[in-house]
Amino acid sequence: MSQSEAKATILSRINYALRDQPVAPQTPRAYRRSSSLGHAEVVDMLEDRLVDYKANVYREDASSLPGRIAELLADSVTILPDGLDSSWLPEGLSTVRDHNDDGAPLGARELDALGAVLTSSTVSCAETGTIFLNGAADEGRRALSLVPDHHVCVVPLDTVVELIPEAFERMDHQRPITMISGPSATSDIELERVEGVHGPRRLDVILFG
Amino acid sequence: MTTVDLGMPGTRIAYGSGNLYEETPFPEHARAELKNTQMRANIGHATHTIRGKRARVVGELPDWQDLRDAGSAIKQEVGARLPELLEQFEANVTARGGVVHWARDAAEANRIVTDLVRAKGVEEVIKVKSMATQEIGLNEHLEGQGIKAHETDLAELIVQLGEDKPSHILVPAIHKNRDEIREIFSRRMPGTGKELTNEPAVLAEAARSYLREKFLDTTVAISGANFGIAETGTLTVVESEGNGRMCLTLPKTLITVMGVEKLLPRFSDLEVFTQLLPRSSTGERMNPYTSMWTGVTEGDGPEEFHLILLDNGRSAVLGDPAGRSALHCIRCSACLNVCPVYEHAGGHAYGSTYPGPIGAILSPQLTGVAAEQNNSLPYASSLCGRCYEVCPVKIDIPSILVHLRDEDIRTKHGQRDQAATQQRSTVIEARQAEAEAAGVTPEPAGHPAEAKKKKVPSEMDLLMKAAGTVMSSGTRMGLAERALPLGRGALKPFGGAKWLPGMVGGWTQERDIPVPPNQSFRNWWKNNGENTQQRVAEDLGDTQLAVSAGGEVPASSLAGEIHQHAAWGAEAQAVAKLRAERDQAEGATTKDSPATSTGEREGEQNA
Amino acid sequence: MRIALFATCIVDAMYPKVALATVRVLERLGHEVVFPAGQGCCSQMHVNSGYIEGALPVVRNHVEAFTSADYDVAVAPSGSCVASLGHQQPMVARACGDEDLARGAEEVAARTYELSELLVDVLGVDNAAEQLGSHFPHRITYHPSCHGLRLLGLGDRPTRLLESVDGLELVELPDAQECCGFGGTFSFKNPDVSGAMVDAKIKNIESTGTGLCAGGDSSCQLHMSGAARRRGSQVRTIHLAEILASTRANPLELDEIADLSIPRVHATVTPSAGGAR
Repeated sequence: MSQSEAKATILSRINYALRDQPVAPQTPRAYRRSSSLGHAEVVDMLEDRLVDYKANVYREDASSLPGRIAELLADSVTILPDGLDSSWLPEGLSTVRDHNDDGAPLGARELDALGAVLTSSTVSCAETGTIFLNGAADEGRRALSLVPDHHVCVVPLDTVVELIPEAFERMDHQRPITMISGPSATSDIELERVEGVHGPRRLDVILFG
Repeated sequence: MTTVDLGMPGTRIAYGSGNLYEETPFPEHARAELKNTQMRANIGHATHTIRGKRARVVGELPDWQDLRDAGSAIKQEVGARLPELLEQFEANVTARGGVVHWARDAAEANRIVTDLVRAKGVEEVIKVKSMATQEIGLNEHLEGQGIKAHETDLAELIVQLGEDKPSHILVPAIHKNRDEIREIFSRRMPGTGKELTNEPAVLAEAARSYLREKFLDTTVAISGANFGIAETGTLTVVESEGNGRMCLTLPKTLITVMGVEKLLPRFSDLEVFTQLLPRSSTGERMNPYTSMWTGVTEGDGPEEFHLILLDNGRSAVLGDPAGRSALHCIRCSACLNVCPVYEHAGGHAYGSTYPGPIGAILSPQLTGVAAEQNNSLPYASSLCGRCYEVCPVKIDIPSILVHLRDEDIRTKHGQRDQAATQQRSTVIEARQAEAEAAGVTPEPAGHPAEAKKKKVPSEMDLLMKAAGTVMSSGTRMGLAERALPLGRGALKPFGGAKWLPGMVGGWTQERDIPVPPNQSFRNWWKNNGENTQQRVAEDLGDTQLAVSAGGEVPASSLAGEIHQHAAWGAEAQAVAKLRAERDQAEGATTKDSPATSTGEREGEQNA
Repeated sequence: MRIALFATCIVDAMYPKVALATVRVLERLGHEVVFPAGQGCCSQMHVNSGYIEGALPVVRNHVEAFTSADYDVAVAPSGSCVASLGHQQPMVARACGDEDLARGAEEVAARTYELSELLVDVLGVDNAAEQLGSHFPHRITYHPSCHGLRLLGLGDRPTRLLESVDGLELVELPDAQECCGFGGTFSFKNPDVSGAMVDAKIKNIESTGTGLCAGGDSSCQLHMSGAARRRGSQVRTIHLAEILASTRANPLELDEIADLSIPRVHATVTPSAGGAR
């Protein structure tokens, strides 16, 4: 039977199922949707939650940022998204860009051979310790922040919010969204948390501003 | 799939098939599982750990109950507006370069996936943990078609390599401990050697190395979805390990199988569910990774995206106003982790992809309560209500269990023959189709209308009938209770009953019955009720009682809080409201003390 | 005030002494207790076993018995049965298409209180020793039964009352909020799982070193004490009302707990010395 038939059948079943005509309720949105905390408190909360997830957290300003990046990425070949702010970069960092000689983006095995990735981020939610990547030019495509085993992520202080609704407000759903809360982890064996499975096992977060 | 014409042209109720039922009834299956002490120890440890974590992170949020209310309302809206939302969702996914397929049942979904994989010319695919694909038995089906599906979630991998079945929604290998997992890996995972210890970190590292090769080379991935946004066409996968990100990002083709009930109307609704799910599920403030994508994004991720919208009995669930809220489930597994029945019996006893309290209501609704032994599932609960208390979308599991018990009783009494016959036919046809696909001769199936033979009253029927007659009259209760001295006389020499036959034997299997009293309260009261003064005098002697404060003591706010959020059932809420109104209206007189409003009776006491 | 006692079927037939204890506590506060003679069962056994239609006459009987009687509030020594009145009776009536009965059931339910709820919320008891003369010089633990805990939201009312009993030492029960495994007909439809649940409960009670577990629901206690006996455990159960009723002048002795009958002394009391005070 054809696909249009399957669709028509399913919709007809569902319409029949709703023959009692249930009314969709208004959603009560009494939950918190905007922060009542000061910005400094919110940033402190983010740091606390990130540390709780076993991410390494650093606070830098424009003058100290390149030095910190140099230190964190000294031993790796690091891939950089094309749109990354070049003023962040220290001298002498060993880097590659996301295209090989013929201009095509790197393949998965090429990414796998790299040690680290450096990205920016769109917004971070303090209450849950979550960093949102939204496919921006300084974040790169999703594979970049996934395949290399070490992710250094810059979080500009003006992108830090307290609550999840505040973070979602800043998301563009047209582009892929990746929410990151600490390094990859599993609790599948006896509920014992192991940091680091398939995603980057080391997550360094630089609170910047 | 068998369907019954409902009198509307082209309209059918259709039940689901797949990994949703078994031939062994729950009590029997549970009895066998209870003997597995290692499994029980593993599950007990895991569920206690995770429920503690959940309680901590839920307690952190001042607006948890507001989030639950919002989540519940949004899911009700999804049910009520489902046809319109599905159309909108399909249009948006399509507009963004995705291809939408519709699957009426498990077999159709499996066929669509197989065709898509074959069209890519590959024989291996990678998979993200997904309840929907387990429900339809996708891996087994693909295997039969010569396609190997590699599970990439660590727990699913343990289950797959161990040729085992998942026993928990969130942690499918919860029944295995580290030693058992080490044994499975060293036996079945290529590339493991003597260095493999039972340390979780070492085992996880072994899985990482093994799976990395699959991630880098496999070009087709299959996933489920936690949420689909009608308004935008966005899909969401919530995970921890990064295997989901790998599957959603690296392959050229992504195939997502999603139940039709997984929709949310608006993108902003994610702000509710991304808070409810992780705290309820893993007991974390947030899970490590959540991925969202809308159709195909040029230069980022798969070039081809297929979405399969699955019914497989969901429309049948939706058709029952008393049970449809089971479709609100976001598969967090909080109800499993607090359920004492699950804790002792384990997930396999439920015989379905969906174990625990949610499984006990969802499986029998998807398949119909008369399919195989799913009529034993609604009884697999002591109705303690913990599942409702923790459910992030407030599914009234205890009330639905009772509703399904009623359906089962009416089925057995021959009041639902048409539906029951159809439910059994669905199972029989699915079994035949499975057998044919696997190239074996199907087992001879019983006649779908076998319910008929059950119409002889059961022991339970007779007990309920007798009890109903006695218990609906004070006079008859009083008469029946006159037999108490007989029971007392019979049992006293033995110190109570140790064994009784038949159904009541279920009681004496585990417990003694005490020697009954020499008479009932009712019969005693007739002769002694009036002796108030003597009773008071005997109890108090010369003691003077402090007069109670009366009216000064507020209802415990703590208790009120629990009541509001833990009490299931719309009717109970109505009564609580009535009582509150009554208390308010009569405040001064209700919260009284003998000294203020019952002066005469106080006089009696102090006479 | 005038308080109607809903004894509940299990207390009426198997634990009459719990009903009497409830009466004694309320009378001591100066209230009149009446026993609506038509009363039977709350219907929970039928409803929880799936016999909704079969529950209807039971519901109708309860609503009639407690609508026709003259009283201010009603009380039952059971969280589960009180919860059932508000939670299940209107549902049964509606499922059977009787809206009038449903509203009648809601009215009755709104006037019916579980014992600790009545004592604390309505009668203002916050010190059992002083206000009720309660005296029970023993170490005990307490199991909060599920329906009182979750459907009624009794919270700490029962334990606050117990802690204020003269001489009583309350030891916290580990995993107190876990179901004991009774669950009505669950206990014989799924005896193995129910048995595993009560195993865990008994072990937890034993771990408190008290040997005596108080509670507010006789049905759970029938299950727990019966299972303890079967397993050769020394654990015994006692109802909250019995503890509150025990006084210095008329103490409940531990060796009396096993007999479910109303002690003969109460049946043969004569209006003599020390009678009226």
